[in-house]
Amino acid sequence: MRRALKPAAREPVVFDLATRPLRDINAILQALPAHTNETAWAIANPRGAHAVAVGVTTPVSISIDGHVGYYCAGMNDGAHVTIAGNAGPGVAENMMSGTVHVMGDASQAAGATAHGGLLIIEGNASARCGISMKGVDIVVKGSVGHMSGFMAQSGNLVILGVAGEALGDSLYEANIFVRGGITSLGADCEEKPMTEAASAILETLLKKAGADADPKDFKLFGSARTLYHFHVDNADAY
Amino acid sequence: MCGVVGLFLKNRVLEPELGVLTAGMLTVLTDRGPDSAGFALYSAGLPGHLKFTLRGPKHYDFSALAAAFGVACRLHDDHAVFPVPENQEADFRAALANHPEITIVASGARMELFKGTGLPEDVSRRFGLQTMSGSHAIGHTRMATESAVTTQGAHPFSTGPDQCLVHNGSLSNHNDVRRTLIREHISFETQNDSEVAAGYLSWKLRSGAKLDEALTSALGVLDGFYTFVVGTESGFGVLRDPVACKPAVMAETDDYVAFGSEYRALVDLPGISNAHLFEPEPAKVYFWEHSV
Repeated sequence: MRRALKPAAREPVVFDLATRPLRDINAILQALPAHTNETAWAIANPRGAHAVAVGVTTPVSISIDGHVGYYCAGMNDGAHVTIAGNAGPGVAENMMSGTVHVMGDASQAAGATAHGGLLIIEGNASARCGISMKGVDIVVKGSVGHMSGFMAQSGNLVILGVAGEALGDSLYEANIFVRGGITSLGADCEEKPMTEAASAILETLLKKAGADADPKDFKLFGSARTLYHFHVDNADAY
Repeated sequence: MCGVVGLFLKNRVLEPELGVLTAGMLTVLTDRGPDSAGFALYSAGLPGHLKFTLRGPKHYDFSALAAAFGVACRLHDDHAVFPVPENQEADFRAALANHPEITIVASGARMELFKGTGLPEDVSRRFGLQTMSGSHAIGHTRMATESAVTTQGAHPFSTGPDQCLVHNGSLSNHNDVRRTLIREHISFETQNDSEVAAGYLSWKLRSGAKLDEALTSALGVLDGFYTFVVGTESGFGVLRDPVACKPAVMAETDDYVAFGSEYRALVDLPGISNAHLFEPEPAKVYFWEHSV
């Protein structure tokens, strides 16, 4: 009999949070060697638990079967985490690399301070999505709440739906692409011309996120750069 | 940090389970508020009677007071619920004025309110929450920031008949609003900021506003961080401040509307896997009401 050239896809190793403490599961995931053969993991019964699959530093896939609480996949560095449900506040906060895919909605501060990787949210994200993002790419297929992109420093925030109040307030140098319209812009955030380079970034991200959207339907917002330096005309205000 | 829960039943079949469901929700949120807890439940009372929830010293004998009014009180640890004929309300209050050791926790046609210090699970067990039934309930687990860890400082706060409020957050203008409300003859038991929010809503309701109107008006007056869940005789409302710092998740099914500071508080509710889950929007009044 001929042997298969490739091994069959491995069945994931399943952890059940109903019977095993989260700390054990996170410790195992965090201790995986860089070239582990156990590349597929699943977590059952999350029941809104906090800090599920945080701090994983190997490029394994982790699928979470249900809704999670605060900081799921925080500090992720290379893993591909899928959440088959909603995520609580701070999903993928401070992610360095890898992907985090939320199949439902995300609560506040999704992708906060994240340096790299890709965060995909199939539903809506609430307030402060991408707050202080530092290089991450975020694609939200629904709408985002107020103060999204607040003090964002670099990276790309793509919003297929509507952006809430004060989008991009005190923005540094991130790109914010919006298809569905804005409620209001925050201080120092302005519409920018959609350059070819920006359009190419957007097209790539839409493709990566599996989003059925035309880059031509988006507007680009960025920093007006008027808050970078103290302006002497404002001296009287202090 | 504090934990807030609420459960408003649309399907009366669930009413016998209201207490056990609420107790479960409170226990889950222990780590958001381990120093005290409390809850208010709404259930039918005797026709023509008001319910008074009273609190006395530990092991206090309420029987003399019950005998004087010819009613049977129901004991729940250091709390007691008295059914008082409506036409004897003034006499009952006058009698209580001679008992400074007794505190009126709440009164109303349908509301009973219990609160105390300790872990939420212990507080629920002390008062027998698991065995209580009713149409809606709100509850709170407290991590104190604005005033001391005392029974008085525990939530819910009630400042009017059948009215109560639980709060996660902190108000910054509560002293100013309290002074205004005292001039309007709203009385306060504590220096707690959340009690001022309850007092403000009571004042608006007393002036003829509906609960949703009172909550809308609170948006323009109360300054600070808040997620409120409030109860009235027939209604249940939710309001978050415009910045929405404090977490909130809601679940709605054909059978109930539920509120939790976190989704964890909702996971054991029946049919939760098919519930419509949503995060209440900032500065938007949410309100459900039974027809009485």
